[in-house]
Amino acid sequence: MKVNRRGFIKGALATGATVLGPTLVGRTPEALAGGTTVKVGILHSLSGTMAISEIPVKNAELMAIEEINAAGGVMGRRIEPVVVDGASDWPTFAQKARELISRDRVATVFGCWTSASRKAVKPVFEQYNNLLWYPVQYEGNECSQNIIYTGACPNQQIEPAVTWLLKNKGKKFFLVGSDYVFPRTANAIIKGQLKAMGGTLVGEEYAPLGHMEFATIVNKIRQSGADVVFSTINGDSNVAFYKQYASAGLTPEKVPILAVSVAEVEVQGIGPQYCKGHYASWNYFETTETPTNPKFVAEFKKRYGHAQVTDDPIEHGYLNVYLWKLAAEKARSFQPMKVRAVVGTVGFDAPQGKVHVDPANQNLYQVARVGEITDSGMFREVWKSDGPVKPQPYSPYISNMMCDWARGGLVKR
Amino acid sequence: MDALAAPVSAVHAKRRMPLLLAALVLIGAAAAPLYLHQTPLNLLGQFLALGILAVGLDLIWGYAGILSLGQGVFFGIGGYLMAMYLKMQGLQPGQLPNFMTWSGVTSLPLIWHPFESFPLTLILVLTVPALLAYLFAALVFRSRIRGVYFAIITQALAVAVSTLFVNQQQFTGGSSGLTGFKTILGYSFYARATQTAFYEVTVAVLAAVFALAWYLTRSHFGVLLRAVRDGENRLRFLGYNPTVYKAFVFGLAGLCAGLAGALYVPQNGIIAPGMLGMVPSIEMVIWVAVGGRGTIIGALVGTLVVSYAKYYLSSAYPDFWLFLIGTLFIVVVLFFPRGLMGLAELAGRAVRRATS
Amino acid sequence: MDAAAAVSQLFTGLSMASILLMMALGLAVIFGLMGVINMAHGELMTMGAYVAYLCQLLFAHFVPGQTGWSYLLALPLSFVVSGLLGWAIEVALVRHLYGRPLETLLATWGLSLILQQSFRTIFGSNNVFVSTPEILTGGVALGASVQLPYVRLFILGLAALSLGGVFLFLYRTRNGLMIRSVMQNRPMAASCGINTRRIDALTFAFGSGLAGLAGCALSLIGSVGPTTGQNYIVDSFMVVVLGGVGQLLGTVVGALTIGEAHALIEYFTSSSAAKVAVFTMIILFLQARPAGLFPSVGRVLD
Repeated sequence: MKVNRRGFIKGALATGATVLGPTLVGRTPEALAGGTTVKVGILHSLSGTMAISEIPVKNAELMAIEEINAAGGVMGRRIEPVVVDGASDWPTFAQKARELISRDRVATVFGCWTSASRKAVKPVFEQYNNLLWYPVQYEGNECSQNIIYTGACPNQQIEPAVTWLLKNKGKKFFLVGSDYVFPRTANAIIKGQLKAMGGTLVGEEYAPLGHMEFATIVNKIRQSGADVVFSTINGDSNVAFYKQYASAGLTPEKVPILAVSVAEVEVQGIGPQYCKGHYASWNYFETTETPTNPKFVAEFKKRYGHAQVTDDPIEHGYLNVYLWKLAAEKARSFQPMKVRAVVGTVGFDAPQGKVHVDPANQNLYQVARVGEITDSGMFREVWKSDGPVKPQPYSPYISNMMCDWARGGLVKR
Repeated sequence: MDALAAPVSAVHAKRRMPLLLAALVLIGAAAAPLYLHQTPLNLLGQFLALGILAVGLDLIWGYAGILSLGQGVFFGIGGYLMAMYLKMQGLQPGQLPNFMTWSGVTSLPLIWHPFESFPLTLILVLTVPALLAYLFAALVFRSRIRGVYFAIITQALAVAVSTLFVNQQQFTGGSSGLTGFKTILGYSFYARATQTAFYEVTVAVLAAVFALAWYLTRSHFGVLLRAVRDGENRLRFLGYNPTVYKAFVFGLAGLCAGLAGALYVPQNGIIAPGMLGMVPSIEMVIWVAVGGRGTIIGALVGTLVVSYAKYYLSSAYPDFWLFLIGTLFIVVVLFFPRGLMGLAELAGRAVRRATS
Repeated sequence: MDAAAAVSQLFTGLSMASILLMMALGLAVIFGLMGVINMAHGELMTMGAYVAYLCQLLFAHFVPGQTGWSYLLALPLSFVVSGLLGWAIEVALVRHLYGRPLETLLATWGLSLILQQSFRTIFGSNNVFVSTPEILTGGVALGASVQLPYVRLFILGLAALSLGGVFLFLYRTRNGLMIRSVMQNRPMAASCGINTRRIDALTFAFGSGLAGLAGCALSLIGSVGPTTGQNYIVDSFMVVVLGGVGQLLGTVVGALTIGEAHALIEYFTSSSAAKVAVFTMIILFLQARPAGLFPSVGRVLD
């Protein structure tokens, strides 16, 4: 460890700083060229309310890293993951991102779940010009050179789901969501879409994250005469929502729920008996039939226990690591911006099928799917798009902007 | 009780040593940009900003015996006021902060207008949290609510205010809070010089607050605060009105918390409703408990030690740092009720005994 | 608001109140006796919910096909397990902080962090599910648009039973008599030969057991995960503070008030707004009645 000696002595002189000084002094930058390993950051909530969702994604990312290392690493280097805890707290996310990039000198970071945590770390990645791989579906409205968004854009999940519901389940929509940016934006898009496609809105409700008492909202749904419920409820609250929905005598035959934040992991927590027959829209289900999926599922269960299920964000966490590896190999460099420059030119045979990044806006081309929840807590696919859908992070229903790096970033459509 | 009985001058003499120590620490802290890289400097700056809050908290808890589990509210309000100013920076005339556009707001809400001006923002930072804290305290103390009851009411306040901030997305940015700052007073926000300036301002404010607290606790006012803690009703019978002093000192702690928030935000780059809530508010109290209440300097030491421990442990042991932090709290409360300062005093006494 | 909506909202309020009551009962008993706020109360509740889950696993393993009965075993067991855990906490921690209620609050907070992480380590970070016994699915239909779910009715009944149990324990048993005497005047009770340490431990264990029972009940309608308890803890404090200390009636009325107020306000606004409004109202109400709805009689001066 090389430390500026004069500075260090000054520090030692100051009584208070003696304790903090040596440990706080940043480590010497580990040159990105040379060495036998390459460090990458893993930034998820391992404690707090979001730990439930994020720990499995962290596990998937670690699994991909181990697989790659077992197969010889990236350009002959072993990947060394640095795992840190975002603790479900957005300022902590920002702090940890800063620490990963400036102290640990990671080549890239895989992480985040909530939009809030992503927005908290975005300035950090832009400041240091590093690259974040974000694995979760989101509301769009973002255009950053320093983030690769592989979760679904609104037009790869929400919009096709609304279209499918209008065609198959009815015109009257009730929107429920957790009280934060994703549900509110998603619902703004849905309202625009309903207006454009002849649907009607019969109710819109939000509950704070972690809310457990849904009886009133369920009563309102019951009295609204809705045909379908579109749910953007996130996290723990889903358990309470589905249980209380079922116990109030609302069934999927009468009023089905379509959710965009309930995947296999959440279904396990709710209990399949409460949510079978309801729907969710994703790009990947554990049951998705592709040549690569069985091996992925088997490997995940082998590592983390037979009861563990895979789901969409887990799959995206996994494919992110591989996309980064392929791009780095193509660029022959670990420099974040060199990796970014070629990210659109590599494709990966992911568990959900073949995917590649759209270089224009750094989102993923992928297939949209709607599935019905079965007795076993798995999904039965009832609809999928014809081939991969071009990502559109700025939904035309609420915005006249678009993200296109060929034209310099955020521009008018 | 002994503090009441002892003449004030004796207390002075006994406490000169820590004062010297504090001066040394502050000089060392002010010189930190000379020997620290940007990331650790930035981190230290955040911890010192939190230290400002802790000094205020020690005034109300350590001296006046008022336990607030809602200091996060005043911290957060100070932080939001500063963040609103930072968010307004770098916008074209007529342009709105991005989250407002997503929420469908078309013109700048009235409460956002003052934040186009830096002096006005400063005035608000100095007044709003302090005033809110004072009014809240005056109201609650008037009906003689105290002890555990007061603690729980402040906790309710923290939950209510953070829920409100999450809910009013079009004004506050919702649960994501405010982030993505670019410039301040025309300077690039993340430049080393700008961040160093934030740091030095933090050290200066901390020094001022520290000196004020030091002076206050050694004045007549400080004696009254301890009297409130040790025998509020007796004080009442002596003809004093404790409510006035309690509300005043609570307002002062609110001022400290607001300042801390306003200085923390530029160095962390984000403020979110989570920071107004119950969990950070409890952590703040724990800083003071670990450092040793009723010593002012202990509050600062505790803040630095606990914040750094949390920062370090959560990276080094991401899967079980909660065990370590939880154990630390329990051990301190059980075995070191006077915190690290009490421990230091014991050690000092042992050394003196050994040398004499 | 038509009649059907009014009925369902009143019932919703009642059912919220029953949950609040179950959580707050244990807290109120402990607070009333020892003056300590147990921040780990939520985790004791979570423990009860995990017991329900464990019973389900046991039944699935040993008597497959009969899992519906596991819940019947879980009810008493959750009380016992959380009670034992509470007893251990009292002996190891709370006892040593007697007379320092604010410090107890902080120490139990540290404990709650440890317990949360323990749940995460033992049961995994995912939520686990507790299936509702077959007999409790469905509900009583009142007309076309109102249904009173059996689960809610069951919890309502369980809350009433718990309340009755607490009443009988406090007012009809020898231990209860001793608890009340310590509550009223600790030194006097001690000098009459009551072992106050034993009473403290007993009360703490009893209150913790009630939390476990509440957790077991909640597993029917809410999530079961490491941070479950955190979602309820502040609300149950509010009930105790609003109700006043040392009176069971206060806790009951406090829970009812908060439950009904929340349900009614939420119907006309949103759940965030209802939460903010209810908390603000409590803070304001305490200005008028600082010791809650039913303050215990007597005046202690320092």
